[in-house]
Amino acid sequence: MKQPKIIVVGGGLAGLMATIKVAESGVPVELFSIVPVKRSHSVCAQGGINAAKNTKGEGDSTWQHFDDTIYGGDFLANQAPVKRMCEAAPGIIDLLDRMGVMFNRTPEGNLDYRRFGGTLFNRTAFAGATTGQQLLYALDEQVRRFEAEGKVTKYEGWTFLSAVLDDAGICRGICAMDLKTMEVKTFAGDAAIFCTGGNGAIFGRSTNSVVCTGMAQSALFQQGVDYANGEFIQVHPTAIPGEDKLRLMSESARGEGGRVWVSKTPNDNRPPNSIPVNERFYFLEEWYPKYGNLVPRDVATRAIHKVVFEMKLGVGGHQAVYLDVSHIPREILDRKLEGILEIYEKFLGVDPHVEPMMVFPGVHYTMGGIWVDNDTQATNVPGIYAAGECEYQYHGANRLGANSLVSCIYGGMVAGPASVKYGRGLDKGCESVPSSIFEREQKRQQGMNEALISQQGEENPITIWKEMGDWMTEHVTVTRKNAGIERADAKIQELQERFKKMNLSDRTKWSNQTLSFARELHGMLILARVITLGALARDESRGAHYKPDFPERNDAAWLKTTRAKWINGKIQLTYEPVDTSLIPPRARRYDAVK
Amino acid sequence: MAENKKVIVKVKRQTAPTDRPHWEEFELTWRPHMNVIICLRDIAERPITRDGQKTTPVTYDSNCLEEVCGSCAMVINGKARMACSALVDHFDQPIRIEPMTKFPVIRDLAVDRNVMFHNLKRVKAWIPIDGTYDMGEGPKMAAEAQEKAYPLSRCITCGICLEVCPQVNSHSNFVGAAIISQVRLFNMHPTGAMNSHERLEAISGAGGVQDCANAQNCVHACPKSIPLTESIAQVNRDAIRQSLAGWLFG
Repeated sequence: MKQPKIIVVGGGLAGLMATIKVAESGVPVELFSIVPVKRSHSVCAQGGINAAKNTKGEGDSTWQHFDDTIYGGDFLANQAPVKRMCEAAPGIIDLLDRMGVMFNRTPEGNLDYRRFGGTLFNRTAFAGATTGQQLLYALDEQVRRFEAEGKVTKYEGWTFLSAVLDDAGICRGICAMDLKTMEVKTFAGDAAIFCTGGNGAIFGRSTNSVVCTGMAQSALFQQGVDYANGEFIQVHPTAIPGEDKLRLMSESARGEGGRVWVSKTPNDNRPPNSIPVNERFYFLEEWYPKYGNLVPRDVATRAIHKVVFEMKLGVGGHQAVYLDVSHIPREILDRKLEGILEIYEKFLGVDPHVEPMMVFPGVHYTMGGIWVDNDTQATNVPGIYAAGECEYQYHGANRLGANSLVSCIYGGMVAGPASVKYGRGLDKGCESVPSSIFEREQKRQQGMNEALISQQGEENPITIWKEMGDWMTEHVTVTRKNAGIERADAKIQELQERFKKMNLSDRTKWSNQTLSFARELHGMLILARVITLGALARDESRGAHYKPDFPERNDAAWLKTTRAKWINGKIQLTYEPVDTSLIPPRARRYDAVK
Repeated sequence: MAENKKVIVKVKRQTAPTDRPHWEEFELTWRPHMNVIICLRDIAERPITRDGQKTTPVTYDSNCLEEVCGSCAMVINGKARMACSALVDHFDQPIRIEPMTKFPVIRDLAVDRNVMFHNLKRVKAWIPIDGTYDMGEGPKMAAEAQEKAYPLSRCITCGICLEVCPQVNSHSNFVGAAIISQVRLFNMHPTGAMNSHERLEAISGAGGVQDCANAQNCVHACPKSIPLTESIAQVNRDAIRQSLAGWLFG
């Protein structure tokens, strides 16, 4: 049998899992990542990973997990793949456990599970409050083992620029740039798996890492890879505001008993600990008695916006509410939440063990993403696969907490073997593709770099990026009004024009971060329009997508997946039905029993 | 008024690995909760020195900006630390920002820390699982054992422990505390312990655990408060015991 060659782009959980699966089957992998893979954004995931192990006698099951996920996602996710993911989740936990992840333990030495948002079951395995870091390291270590055995070749410090497509439109490899030497080079491969994460940077400030720009998704989109449900962006209810980054305060803080509150008195300037309990408004507990502080993120975020903007009850009149864990015994906090409380104390100089934290919602997760098929993570372009946050498959209109880690790993587990099978089935492998195909793409990308470097003007890439972020955050996040969305779209187009008058202020050809950022910015501007146009068209409210002018979910008109296409240099929205074959859609209400 | 408050930073610049470094000074507008990353972004948005000279944005490594990815280690006012958690208000000005010195400079503040990842390979810092297929749960572990191992597994490979270690210099190839601590972590795991001898062998000899001279700078500088000296002592004991056993019974 012919031995295919697989390329993986992105070294977070999904990319590493795909790499492990491919390498394990004896097929060589080339793994590309902007940062050393151990520094990927998965490292930021805090609270845990879901699997219905039912270790606490609650009657949990993979079907319950599946139902919570579909219901939490407001019925926009295709059901068959979500069901398979939930069924695979317990095995994924076992695997991670065998890989040595230091999950928290029960007195008997078993894995411990805690509660997370959007469920009534304790099904979240966790390693302190740094679960993503621990999982990423476990997979990183396994990949390093394969690397030592010569089965994986890493290209760390390389950024993906484009796919190499032959004249039949089949992916034959990728074009990438070495961020140190700025060399642009093509790499042949029979299939390429993209695991390039979310696109939080489009909103300027988010809980995402610096590399989460969506540039790879955007580049693929412009090469004909469809992009689905772009308008679904998760805003996490509890983040620490910051100019450079919104630092996440994990949902696990509430899973361990943390409570969200404000003073009942507007503009109350008293220190939080001097506000008596009967003068505190525990609005989530009051409005959602059954789920309390653990309603899904879209619900909690809108509640906080309502309290702050409509009821004017933000802490001291500011855009903030309290997230309070100070009533929880220190011993429990240190064992289960240390990682995040340490972040709060380091960045704000306040000890959350004794004083409530001040938090506000922040852009967090990209539910939409590269369109993939129902069972193999294949995109509509032959040879291109996608897994992890960069694709759209598992979370519908809103992701439940602790489902991201499981979806990333599961997606990688599917994409790896599927790409190998595809590669083995090819009549002609990438080695038979004429070199002119590769040279053509390399020249095109070099040309784009040259054009950017020699561009003249007064515009600065950071300024354009900040403006895009401000406009997107204001008009295309929690509360969306069509007039505002239209203005944001016009603004992005203005920024696209200004992009052409950008001066890179660094024309050197060595480790030029301004050039790579300009390439990312170009991609972000296009993806920003995909998000914006998708949001503008969808006249309903579903999950994270909320339009006060269309406050209800409208299944008759909008129970469908947005599938954006790039046709002749323009974004076109098409729609396709959602698979609802297993759980009939029902009203989504967290103030009542589901 | 707060708006008029300024932040003066000095950045050690170097365009390429072989270039001679030079200093550039910048005057930035102070904002609350400002950190060193925000200073570097301000420079990128307006790359003009304090004396009005046009320059280039500063090249530096960063990613998560919450001290968990390990990217942005640099030397700030003479001390190696993470730039994202370096709050401007905590520093005397001018704030001097330099690249770490124990790693080759790529450009400006960006350094090449590949040696650490290479050494993780050398000491087999992984659990050698049979495969990824479904084989049931992992070994049970006492909560107490997990609580001892977990802090070690939070190492972010930032390189600060190497930067502050006098034993890491141009005359030695000492692997440094982070790698030794990872040996301890994997040897503590029930499955990892099965091939602890391989790791101990790899960490013994030239550049290995015996090269530690007990300066203890690492444990004080570690941004994640990892008990590095404890790890070094433990691995050293285990390595000696293993080599003695080999000598006596081998």
